[in-house]
Amino acid sequence: MKRILLTGNNAAAWGARLAGVEYVPAFPITPQTEIIETLAYWIDSGEIDCRMTTLESEHSMITAAGAAAATGVRVFTATSSQGLLYGMEMLYTVAGWRAPFVMVNVSRGLSSPITLEPDHNDILAARDSGFLQIHCATCQEVLDGILLAYRLAEHEKVRLPVLVNMDGFYLSFTREPVEIPDAAAVRRFLSGYDAENIRFRAGAPLSEAVAVLGGTLYSYFRYEMHLAALNGLKAFGEIAADFAAIFGREYRDVEGYRTDDAELVFVMIGSFATKAKEAVDRLRDAGIPAGLVRPILLRPFPRERIRNMLAGKKGVAVIDQNLSLGMGGILHAEISSALYGVAGSQPIVAGFIGGLGGRDISAEEFYQMANETLQAVEEGHAPPPRLLFAREELAEVRRMQQIAGVTRNAGESHE
Amino acid sequence: MEKDEGSPSLYRIRFHGRGGQGMKTASRILGSALFQEGFQVQDAPRYGAERRGAPIFAYVRASRDPINERGIIHAPDLVIVADETLLSIPAAGVLHGVAAATVLLVNSGENVESLQARLNVAGRLIAFAAEKEGLHDLRYVGAACAGAAARLIGVISRSSLEVAIRDELAHLGDAIIKNNLQLALGFYDLMAPHVGVVTPGRGISALDYRNPEWVDFPFEEARLSVPAVFAPGTSARLKTGLWRTERPVLDPDLCKRCSLCATYCPENAITLDRQGYPNIDYDHCKGCLLCVEQCPAHAMRTVPEHDTAGGRKGEEHS
Repeated sequence: MKRILLTGNNAAAWGARLAGVEYVPAFPITPQTEIIETLAYWIDSGEIDCRMTTLESEHSMITAAGAAAATGVRVFTATSSQGLLYGMEMLYTVAGWRAPFVMVNVSRGLSSPITLEPDHNDILAARDSGFLQIHCATCQEVLDGILLAYRLAEHEKVRLPVLVNMDGFYLSFTREPVEIPDAAAVRRFLSGYDAENIRFRAGAPLSEAVAVLGGTLYSYFRYEMHLAALNGLKAFGEIAADFAAIFGREYRDVEGYRTDDAELVFVMIGSFATKAKEAVDRLRDAGIPAGLVRPILLRPFPRERIRNMLAGKKGVAVIDQNLSLGMGGILHAEISSALYGVAGSQPIVAGFIGGLGGRDISAEEFYQMANETLQAVEEGHAPPPRLLFAREELAEVRRMQQIAGVTRNAGESHE
Repeated sequence: MEKDEGSPSLYRIRFHGRGGQGMKTASRILGSALFQEGFQVQDAPRYGAERRGAPIFAYVRASRDPINERGIIHAPDLVIVADETLLSIPAAGVLHGVAAATVLLVNSGENVESLQARLNVAGRLIAFAAEKEGLHDLRYVGAACAGAAARLIGVISRSSLEVAIRDELAHLGDAIIKNNLQLALGFYDLMAPHVGVVTPGRGISALDYRNPEWVDFPFEEARLSVPAVFAPGTSARLKTGLWRTERPVLDPDLCKRCSLCATYCPENAITLDRQGYPNIDYDHCKGCLLCVEQCPAHAMRTVPEHDTAGGRKGEEHS
């Protein structure tokens, strides 16, 4: 074991290396490219025994990943944002092949307008694809998450591909201390990949992903995938216990931070959740019993755990770094649905949209969200959804619009 | 032990420079040196335009406790400015969040009082003229800044700084490591009178904080809210010439008026006058120097910005 400073991207490459990946189909996209560059360097220098193929698109890359996994080799790949969307057709398709592999997504906001900086609309667009999702908050979690993801993907009661997500810039280009476990210890945790009978070989041909009409067979195959995904909850618990026994770091499907006696709980995913932890500490210094609930596993959705962790709280502030246009925050809807229909009094659930396109969320904003949610608790009803957007930001937009030649009619607000 | 309210335990440090001046490397050297000293560390570069000469910054956080803060540093304890021409570019954000408790370290030959008055900063300002102090090659300004910063923080030993440089530059070979070591340690020693002037800030209390003043977000018709630029020529308003570290200068005696420079200029910053001589728009020339490469008569010379009359110190950004 050694402990060094690593970016999230380098930590991802180390995760893949330690998992003993044998095949990496690749296509570059910012802010993910450094992962593939690092693996390419190691392959070139002979440090790892692995084959890399550059494809002409993410659509082909994901196809190659699924196809290679179906031949029984351990596969890794990575993408981001528009790349994930370009491969979307194949995400759904390869998940149905039940040929597991791991893909890292480095979150970046989606076009239009175009940006390089992070939010979660890219990864959440893959929410219903059959890929399971692990959401990381630190560079260490990126490395560990990949090792956990292979065990989860290849678990005999799961056998679905897994997406491991990290935020662009905030993790991808940020160095933090990361423990790199010894290869021998990793081998005790994660042995070779056994493709069982789902193994395509030229000498023993089989038909993969057959056509089915009429709906009966289709329903059977799709619902089996759903049940397999749900099995991921129990499997994750077992796998995380093994991980803790070997490496000493404990993971749960949902992380709770100072939640036991909390009256006000933030709910969020990804690296910004560490900012929420800081805010929780400061709010407690100020006498407000705050806590944080952070789903690490988002698919399968740990409904029961979340329900139990939020039971009896007064207020819940869900912070979504995504926006379902015409609906609102995706996490807010999922958390609300987990709480609905439970006996007893339920917390007030306030919804905040923040951090779109890499927009920071300040300490003051966490405090303000806590105070507004507690205010709503006093008043007894949830506040309307709120975009974290300051007056000075709107003024900045107006200035840019003037430069861009946006013409406002007489009487239209310039404020 | 419970964490004290606003316990001053987290260092927040920001490096400002131009793409190519090694700010990312400087932040990594400093981050690595703090890590050597047993600190928890977070370091990251933030690129705007990923282009040589464009303003960039990089930041370092260090604490004895795990670091939960993330992203851009809004309340720095130390700001290092490797390239003083950035001070006149508001968009570079050099002074963002600089308060009375912030130490400002500027690579400048200007005297401290004059700099302080010009920048209107109340806190401690330390100026060092890197070139006078032995920096012969601007490519090493990052190492010089990292060395100086390490001493100002006061918790980094000379040997930790050395280990950090050897670690961070290992891939560049012994000769480059040696140069960087010599410079970084030289500037570390130079800052001896200011050892430990940087103290970690307190962070923001949840009891007494500035209301973020969220707006009730207005609906606006698509003709207003489409992400489009309607006005022509908006790029003319951005003086990309401020990104330049070197400029092309024409020697009319050698010019054969072939117009290749104007043809190859990717910014259309070279026009031809009536006689066919090139005229360079220094407001928008980014200093890529393709014209120097292309000129068959070698009539274009490369001149460092700080060697041109007055540099760009006084130039204002519109």
